[in-house]
Amino acid sequence: MYALKFDENVCTTCPSADCVLKCQYMEFEKDEAHEEMMKVVKGEDSRVLHECVTCYACEEYCKRGNHPFYLIGERREEKGIYTAPRPITNQWINMTQMQGKQMVGAVKDRALSSCLLPQLGEMGSGEIFKDVASAIAFGAEFMCPAVHTHFAKMSVIKERLPIVIDNFNKLGVKEVICLHDECYGTYTSIASAYGMEVPFKPIYYMDFLLDRLKELKDKIKPLNIKVVYQRPCSNRLIPDKHHLVKDILDFIGVELPDREYQDENCLCCAEILRSISGYRLANEIQQRNIDDMLETGAEYCVFNCPACQSTLSEKVAKNGLKPIHIIDLCKMAIGEKEREV
Amino acid sequence: MGYARSIDHAEIVHRCFRCGYCKFPGDYVDFNCPSYKAYGWDTYSPGGRMWLIRAWLNDEIETGPRFAEILYSCVACDNCKDQCVYPRFKDFLPDIFQETKAELVNEGKIPPEVRDYFKAINVNGNPYKLPQEERGKWAEGTGVEEFSDQEYLFYVGCVGSYDEVGQKMARNVGSLLSNVGVSVGILGSEEACDGNEVKIMGETGLFTKLAEDNIIKFKIKGVKKIITLDPHALNVFKKDYPRLGGKFEVFHFTEILAGIIRDKKMALSEYKAKVTYHDPCYLGRHNMIYDPPREILKSIPGLELVEMRRNSVSAFCCGGGGGNFFTDIIGTGEDSPGRVRIREALDTGAEIVAVACPQCAKMLMDAIKTEELEDRLEVVDVAEIVSGARSK
Amino acid sequence: MSDILQSLIEILGERGVSNSPEELWFYARDPGVLEAHLPDYVVLPKTTEQVQKVVQLANREKIPVVPMGNGMALTGLVIPLKGGIVMDMKRMNKILEVNEKARYAVVEGGTSQGMLKAYLQDNYPHLRHSLPHAPPTTTIAANVALHGQGQLTQQYGFNSDMVTGLEVVLPTGDICKIGSPCLGPYWFSKGPTLPDLSGLFLGWLGTTGIFTKVGLKLYPNKKIRDVEIFVTDRIELISEIIYKLTHLEMLEDITAWFQPMPLIFKDNYHVTIYFTGDTEEEIEFKRKMVWDALQEYIDTKDGGFMGMQFMKEMLLEMPQRSIAAFADVPKGGGFEYSGPITLIEHFPQYATKVVELAAKYDVIYASAARVISGGHSMMFSISFAFNRADPAMMDRVKRALDEATGFALEMGGIPWKPNFMEQKMTMKKMDPNTLKLLQMVKKNLDPQGIMNPGNWEVN
Repeated sequence: MYALKFDENVCTTCPSADCVLKCQYMEFEKDEAHEEMMKVVKGEDSRVLHECVTCYACEEYCKRGNHPFYLIGERREEKGIYTAPRPITNQWINMTQMQGKQMVGAVKDRALSSCLLPQLGEMGSGEIFKDVASAIAFGAEFMCPAVHTHFAKMSVIKERLPIVIDNFNKLGVKEVICLHDECYGTYTSIASAYGMEVPFKPIYYMDFLLDRLKELKDKIKPLNIKVVYQRPCSNRLIPDKHHLVKDILDFIGVELPDREYQDENCLCCAEILRSISGYRLANEIQQRNIDDMLETGAEYCVFNCPACQSTLSEKVAKNGLKPIHIIDLCKMAIGEKEREV
Repeated sequence: MGYARSIDHAEIVHRCFRCGYCKFPGDYVDFNCPSYKAYGWDTYSPGGRMWLIRAWLNDEIETGPRFAEILYSCVACDNCKDQCVYPRFKDFLPDIFQETKAELVNEGKIPPEVRDYFKAINVNGNPYKLPQEERGKWAEGTGVEEFSDQEYLFYVGCVGSYDEVGQKMARNVGSLLSNVGVSVGILGSEEACDGNEVKIMGETGLFTKLAEDNIIKFKIKGVKKIITLDPHALNVFKKDYPRLGGKFEVFHFTEILAGIIRDKKMALSEYKAKVTYHDPCYLGRHNMIYDPPREILKSIPGLELVEMRRNSVSAFCCGGGGGNFFTDIIGTGEDSPGRVRIREALDTGAEIVAVACPQCAKMLMDAIKTEELEDRLEVVDVAEIVSGARSK
Repeated sequence: MSDILQSLIEILGERGVSNSPEELWFYARDPGVLEAHLPDYVVLPKTTEQVQKVVQLANREKIPVVPMGNGMALTGLVIPLKGGIVMDMKRMNKILEVNEKARYAVVEGGTSQGMLKAYLQDNYPHLRHSLPHAPPTTTIAANVALHGQGQLTQQYGFNSDMVTGLEVVLPTGDICKIGSPCLGPYWFSKGPTLPDLSGLFLGWLGTTGIFTKVGLKLYPNKKIRDVEIFVTDRIELISEIIYKLTHLEMLEDITAWFQPMPLIFKDNYHVTIYFTGDTEEEIEFKRKMVWDALQEYIDTKDGGFMGMQFMKEMLLEMPQRSIAAFADVPKGGGFEYSGPITLIEHFPQYATKVVELAAKYDVIYASAARVISGGHSMMFSISFAFNRADPAMMDRVKRALDEATGFALEMGGIPWKPNFMEQKMTMKKMDPNTLKLLQMVKKNLDPQGIMNPGNWEVN
C-alpha cells in the first residue's frame, strides 16, 4: 500500500515555514506559522486543516520538496475533515469512476492523454498535433485522479493512480503527452510523493508545443497582441515548467505584461473555492483577479486549463477580454485558427 | 400476407415517442413539416409515420391507399431529422421512410402518380415522357458547349432539361457560367436522370441502374468535377454515388458564382430590388450550403436582402421534394407548402423571391398564381439576378 | 356511407373527417402504457362553430366525443374508451389577442405551447407564459384542462390558475363564455369576482366541455435567466432547503430531483434553482441571496452547490428537450409518470417509494418534484421508462404507476391527470359528499354522458 513519503525532520528544521506563511488565504505571524504546521506534521488538529482552500500554492512555496499540501490532505482524511461538502466530494468520486467506457485510438509508443476532458482531445488536433492526434487515450481509465486532492480524498488517489498508470502501461507506451498540468503533475509530483513507479515518460504538452512551434517556424506570423495568463492551481505542482508559458508567448509574438497576481502570487480560478467555502470568497478572488487583468490593457485572457476556462470564460468575456486556450493561441499563430474580431 | 414485412431500420421504429418536436423548426414558430401543415392529421407528421410503420410492420394495419398517400406526401425535406430530440436514431428517420416506400414498391401498392413517374423514367428516361433527343434543346442559342474535357460538367437534370421554367433557369445558369469564363460542358441529349427522386420514392433497383449507368458514362467521358443546376442532383451525386463507385467533386452553381464574385472576377452594378432568398432543402438542410447564395445577393449593389421568418436550417420546404413536384400528391390547397411559403415571403415586404433550384422555382411560381399575387411577388433565380446586375 | 359520416363531412369538409384505418389506429392510443380503443371517427375542426356542430351531432346520435391536444399527458386521457369521435384540436391554433398592458393572451383551443412562446419572443419579448417542459407541440388548452404546471408555477401556481377566461362548448352544444369575457371584450379574469364557473371545467380532463378559447396570464420576461444546483445526500434536508429558498420570494422554478445514472448524480438529491433578472446586478444579487440562504448547509458540509457549466445550456432550454429524451433510455421510445401533488415535507417518503417501486417492478426510474406556489405543495413525479417493443415491461410500468398512485392517495396527496382507473381509486377515497357534488356537476353538464366518457365516470 502506498503512503506519503514525507520526512518530519525536514519540516522541523525548516527556517521559513513559507508553506503556510506565504499562504494567500491564511494569515500567520512568523512563529505561529511554523507552530501550526508542526501541529499538522504531528497529526494534531490545526486551523490549517480547516482553513486551507486547496489552492496548491504551498507545494510551490515549499522549496524543500516536503509536499505540505499532500500532507494536509492526508491529515484531513485521517480526521474525517471535509473540504467541500460531503455530497459534492462524493459526486466527484462517483463521476470519475472507471466504467469501461474508455476510448483508445491508434496508440503505439506514444499516447496523447485526453484524461476525462473531451475538450483536451479536441484541442489536440490540427497541424501541431498531426503526428500524435490519432494516439488519443480518453476515459476515467486514463484519468489522473489529482482532482481528489481538492477534496482531501488521498485514498482515492492511492487506489486509482496505480490502476491508471497500469492502464497506460498495458498500452505499451513509452511516452504519454499530458495535455493538462494536472496529469503531468500527477505522474511526476504526486506519483513520486507516494513512491509510485511510472514506467513511461510523461511529456508536458507545453514542451511539446514549443518544440512543434520551432519546427513550424516558417508558418508563424507574430500575433502582436497583449494578453494576460490565468495560471492554474496544478501548475504549482510543476513550477519548473512555468517558464514555458512566456517562452511560447515570446515565440509567437505575444506580449505578457506584468501584473500583480502572477507567477508565485497568482490567483486560482476559485471554482473549487466556491464549492468549499461559498460564494463570497470565490467571487472576491475572481473579482480581484479580473480587475488585475484589466489593468494591463490586454486583449486576450490565455488559459492553460479547461476547468479554469470553463469557470472564467464568461466572466472575462463580459469584462472585455477574449478567452482562449494557449493551444488555440498557437493555432492562431500558425494561421490554423481565425482571429476573433 | 405471404411474407413478413421488413425494412433495414425496423429495430428503431418503435423508439419514436410521437412527441412532435419533428413537426416544428428549432424555435417553434409554426409547423415546419409540409405534409403535416397541409393535411392536419397527426398521421401525416413524421411521428405519425413512424407509429403507422410500426403498426404496419406488426401487421396491425394493411398497406392501404391512405397509408401509401401518407408515405408519399412526405417531401423529404429533412426537418424531422434535424429536430428530433433522440440523438441515437434521429438520423435514420428519412431512411425509414424511404425503406418503407421501397417495400410498398415491392408490394406494388404505390399511388398511381408514383407508378407513372417510375414508368416514365424507365421508358423515356425523364418524367415528361419527352424524347431523349430533345434533352439538350434548352441550350440552343446559349453558346454552352458540349462536354469534352472541360474543367466541369454542367449537369442540368430532368426539370432543367424539359420543364419550361427549368429550361429558362438552365439557360440563365449555363450562359452565365460560360460568359464569365468557367470551363463547362454539357451532356445534352446524352444526359440521363440523376435518380435522386427515384431513390427517395423507393425504386431502389431503378435508381441503382440509373446511377451506375451515369457513373460509367461520366468516367468514360473523363468527368472529374460537376456543377449542378438542381440541388437534387447535387445531393444524390454527393451522398449516394460514391458508394456505387462514383466519386466526383460536386458543386452547386451558386458555390461557383460566389467564388467568382469573391475573387472579384465579375463586375456588378446596381440591381435595385428587395429580395428574399428561399433555401432549397437539398442545398440548405440536406447539404448545409446556406452562405454562397446569400453572399452572391449581398454583393450586388442596390439589392436589399431580407430573410424570411424561417430561413437557413429552419427554412420551410416549397413542397417539391419527395417526388411531390411530379406526383402532386399534396395538392394546392390553402395550406399546401408552396402557398404557405409564398405568404411567408410576402410578409418580408420583398418583391422578389430568389431561388437556386428549378423545382423551387416552379413550385413557388405556381403558388404565386394560385394566391393571386402576381402583381406583388416574382420568382427570379439567382443566376438571372446576377446577369441582370452584371456591368455592361 | 353512414349518416354520421355524411353529417361530419358536411360540418368539416372531406379533409376534416377520417375513418380510415390509419387515423383510427393512430388516434386510438397515446404514447403511455394504457390499452388502445378504436374511435369511430377522427375530426379536425378549424372553428368553434364546427366544434359546436360536432357536439350537437354527438348529442343527437348519443356518440362520444373525446377532445385532444397532442396526447402527451400520457395517462390515456385522449383514448376514446367508448369509441366515438376523437376531436384533434390542433388546427385551431391561432393566437387571437395579446393585451400587453394587462398581460394576457387569448389563444384557441389547439394553440401549442411552442407557437405561443415563439409569437411572444417575436412580438412581445418582455412577456412570457408559464411554459411546461413537455414537448412544444402540446396545447395550452389541454395543459390547463388538466391543471398542468410550467416554469412559472413556483411563483404563480398551477398553469390553470393562470387562466383568465374561457370559451367552452358545453356537452349539450351551447357555447359558453366563462369569466370576464361573459360580460365584455376583456379577458382578465376566469371568474372572480363572479361565482367562479371555471371550476366546472378546469381539471375535468375534457369531460365537461371542449375549450375553444383560453385566456392566459402573461408575465414579465427578464433579459437574463440563470440557474444553480444545490446538492445534498441527506434526504431529510430537502424540505427545509426548499422552505428557505421559497422564503426569499425571488426565485423562478425550483425542482428537486434524483436519479441513479449517470454516475455524477448517484446517491445525491439535487435542487435546481432558477432565477431571472434584467441586469447583471439583479442576477448577482439573487445568486448571493440563494447562496446565503443555504450557507449553513455548506458550513456543516451537508450540502453544496455543484459546478454545472457543462449542463447550463441544457438546463436553460425552454422547453428542456432532454426531458423527452428519457424515453429512449431503454431504447424503447416511452415513459410515463405519475405526478401526485403533495406536501413538500413528504418528499423523503415519496423518494423512497420511487426507488422501492423501481426495484420491485424492475424498471428504470427518474424523479423530479416541482415546487408549486412558493411551497404550499409540490408535484412529485415518479417516472418510469419502457421499451415499446416489450409488452411485459410496459405492463410492469403500468402496475408500478398504479401502485405509486395508490401510495399517493394513502399519503393524502392528490393524483395529477389520473388515468381512468386512478380516477376510480381517487373517487373511492374521496369524501362521499364531495363525490356526490362531483357527480352532480358531471351529470348536469353532460346528461347524455358523451363527453370523454369513461373518465370521471359516474355510475
